[in-house]
Amino acid sequence: MDTALVVMEGISKSFPGVKALDKCRISLNKGEVHALVGENGAGKSTLMKILTGVYTKDEGRILIDGKEAVINNPRDAQKYGISIIHQELNLMPHLTVAQNIFIGRESFQKNRILLNDKELNRKTEELLKLFNLDIKPTVKVSELTVAKRQMIEIIKAISYNSRILIMDEPTAALSETEVEELFRTIRRLKNDGVGIIYISHRLAELKQIADRVTVMRDGKYIDTVNIDDVTVDDIVKMMVGRNIFVSAPEVNASDDAPIALEVRGISRGKLVKNVSFKLKQGEILGIAGLMGAGRTETARAIFGADPRDAGEIYVNGKLVDIKTPTDAVNAGIAYLSEDRKQFGLALGLDVETNIALAYFKKFTKLFGFVDTKKTSENAEEMVRKLQIKTPSVKQKVKNLSGGNQQKVVLGKWLTRNCNILIFDEPTRGIDVGAKSEVYSLLNDLAKQGKAIIVISSELPEIIRISHRVLVMCEGRITGEVSGDEITQENIMTLATKHID
Amino acid sequence: MKTVEVTKSSMIPIKKGSAATQKLLALVSLVVMVIIFSVLKPVFISFNNIMSVMLSTCVYGILALGVTFVIITGGIDLSVGTVMTFSSVIGALAISKWGIPIIPGILLALAAGSMCGFINGVGVSKLKLPPFIATLAMMMVTKGLSLILTGTKPIYFTNTPMYREIALGSIFKIEGFYNAILIFVVCIIIAVIVLSKTIIGRYCYAIGSNEEAVRLSGINVDRWKIVIYTICGFFCAIAGVIMSSRLDSAQPALGPGYEMEAIAAAVIGGTSLSGGEGGMLGTVIGSFIMTVLINGLRILSVPQEWQLVATGVILAFAVYIDLLRRRKA
Repeated sequence: MDTALVVMEGISKSFPGVKALDKCRISLNKGEVHALVGENGAGKSTLMKILTGVYTKDEGRILIDGKEAVINNPRDAQKYGISIIHQELNLMPHLTVAQNIFIGRESFQKNRILLNDKELNRKTEELLKLFNLDIKPTVKVSELTVAKRQMIEIIKAISYNSRILIMDEPTAALSETEVEELFRTIRRLKNDGVGIIYISHRLAELKQIADRVTVMRDGKYIDTVNIDDVTVDDIVKMMVGRNIFVSAPEVNASDDAPIALEVRGISRGKLVKNVSFKLKQGEILGIAGLMGAGRTETARAIFGADPRDAGEIYVNGKLVDIKTPTDAVNAGIAYLSEDRKQFGLALGLDVETNIALAYFKKFTKLFGFVDTKKTSENAEEMVRKLQIKTPSVKQKVKNLSGGNQQKVVLGKWLTRNCNILIFDEPTRGIDVGAKSEVYSLLNDLAKQGKAIIVISSELPEIIRISHRVLVMCEGRITGEVSGDEITQENIMTLATKHID
Repeated sequence: MKTVEVTKSSMIPIKKGSAATQKLLALVSLVVMVIIFSVLKPVFISFNNIMSVMLSTCVYGILALGVTFVIITGGIDLSVGTVMTFSSVIGALAISKWGIPIIPGILLALAAGSMCGFINGVGVSKLKLPPFIATLAMMMVTKGLSLILTGTKPIYFTNTPMYREIALGSIFKIEGFYNAILIFVVCIIIAVIVLSKTIIGRYCYAIGSNEEAVRLSGINVDRWKIVIYTICGFFCAIAGVIMSSRLDSAQPALGPGYEMEAIAAAVIGGTSLSGGEGGMLGTVIGSFIMTVLINGLRILSVPQEWQLVATGVILAFAVYIDLLRRRKA
């Protein structure tokens, strides 16, 4: 057998307070597609960032073609022929397609000072033709769809003549035909001897494209197996390593439960198009869709965080005029954003203050003095009710774990008497154990009659907790599933139902 | 599984805005202003007045060209005004106090300005200081140094009458068509070429658009930022030479306030403070809008205080229009 293209072994990496990787390894052969799987936070991205020189390793070694390689920055990685297609797209939206693909490798005129964009566009056109892409090299990237941008990024990586290609969730934003296109490309690259490390959450597609699969969990290497020797279920078991919380929502909202929220024809530019739905008290409504489908944008438009072009919102049957988040909160709608740190919490303040933050009016005495006795009583009550794990209500929120921070945000909105709760990626960055806690919490809240919307990119999560699921694609609701119809296949079909 | 039918009628037409719109708008405003002032006071379009507008645009305009590079990267340079003064002070010291001939003296001034820009660049890239802070510090330092080096008194070019010719002479022997205007035009041409046709310009836009992406493409972002801030410093120094030549002296107290006018000119011309967008011609138009406004109001005998108010309103208005365009996009 040839020497492996890449061998990473004994790789460890720590960040302040976290051991992100603990003696991890992976090897990649020529012409191989090697899948790398694991739950969020398992360390896949960190491992790949080490291979591409974004992070430097604490220990371990990297062999390329059997020789030890020193990779300290992205430039070094490029020299070894390593390219990565990032999950968060790394393009420059203000630049054209050609300028993006050839950034750092511009063509010059004969005088070696002025740029030769004609040459650049010609080269780009050839590449685009190779991939059957109908895009002009001179179009600005900001004008392309997410899927097209992804293809541009793949083309960019391939144009480096890379021998080692890392794809981080390449299909997350692609429709089925586009995925086919991508797989064809991958197979051709394989034939050319390119090694591909393929990170994906869509385990089903690994069977189609991968040769071997390496599983990681909690920053540790678990195993490497031939894809033909295992089933998807086996992989899931290795990824999770313990029994997952699987329980459909216990009680369904009764059919005659009153409607808590009704949304009619919400639109916002090209992000949200004519979205309408009803939400009953005690119901958990999931909103599913691919990256860029307009889920978060819909939530933000309902909450008044972004201006909407059209649409009406009814709370408990009454038309409410929501122009700002303040209006929404006054109407009893709370939005728990996906980025808790940025939008939901004042991290440097204690639990008590954060919980009181949305409703200080309730806790102020004459002349605006804060009644600290009342705020701490209220915080104690929320800590008990939501089982927030904190040494005391005086603890600073930044010292709590992700799951508990999430609960503090929730406590804040419950204090404000919000009965319609919109959760945007409620378990992002939370470990598996805390996840199931969040799920049962959502269940409890629904049982208490709260109306709940959950936006999540993780399909198993949506399937696990929702009574009913709306699926969005390109800003529109493309369908609705409920009960036994809530399956991965049904949702994916609707999520890739591009109408144009 | 039920499927929601979507009719075409539910689609909303989306208006597309572009940076070109902003530039066009600025150009139209400039033309309208010129027409209004010319109608109200015909003297406004006399050759002499046009040249005087051009002359007073030179210094601001060249500063604005320099700062446009930096703003397109998503940065800011608050030190352009005082770096300009500092460069002129170094030049004046060299020529009038140390007896260095004019040309080497000017080169020294240009080197001083470039050095300030270089230090800004190092602060922003290597030390990771926010551009606002790095260049605010440079603004204070150069202001202080100018005062210290001159003992707070202006330095006159009494022994070198030729120095005045740099800005106020006329190489084409046309009365009123000052060299300063010529230098300004040359600066514009260079800035346009560098920004739109060279790798430096390409990286200005790229860094302003998505710095992380540029870094991950294996480009040494730090080095290019230093180059870009240095270019800005170089332009400041050119402005400094013209300024001191016009005044026949280096005035150490001058400078503060110029940075705001330069930034305002760039923004009015469509350069976005969040980076990635803008251009030199827009900045030139923006610079002229400001000087035409002030010149026109002065001809109409509007008090100086009100000229300032008008400039402020125009600036706020320009940025607001820019925001509207962005929101629609």
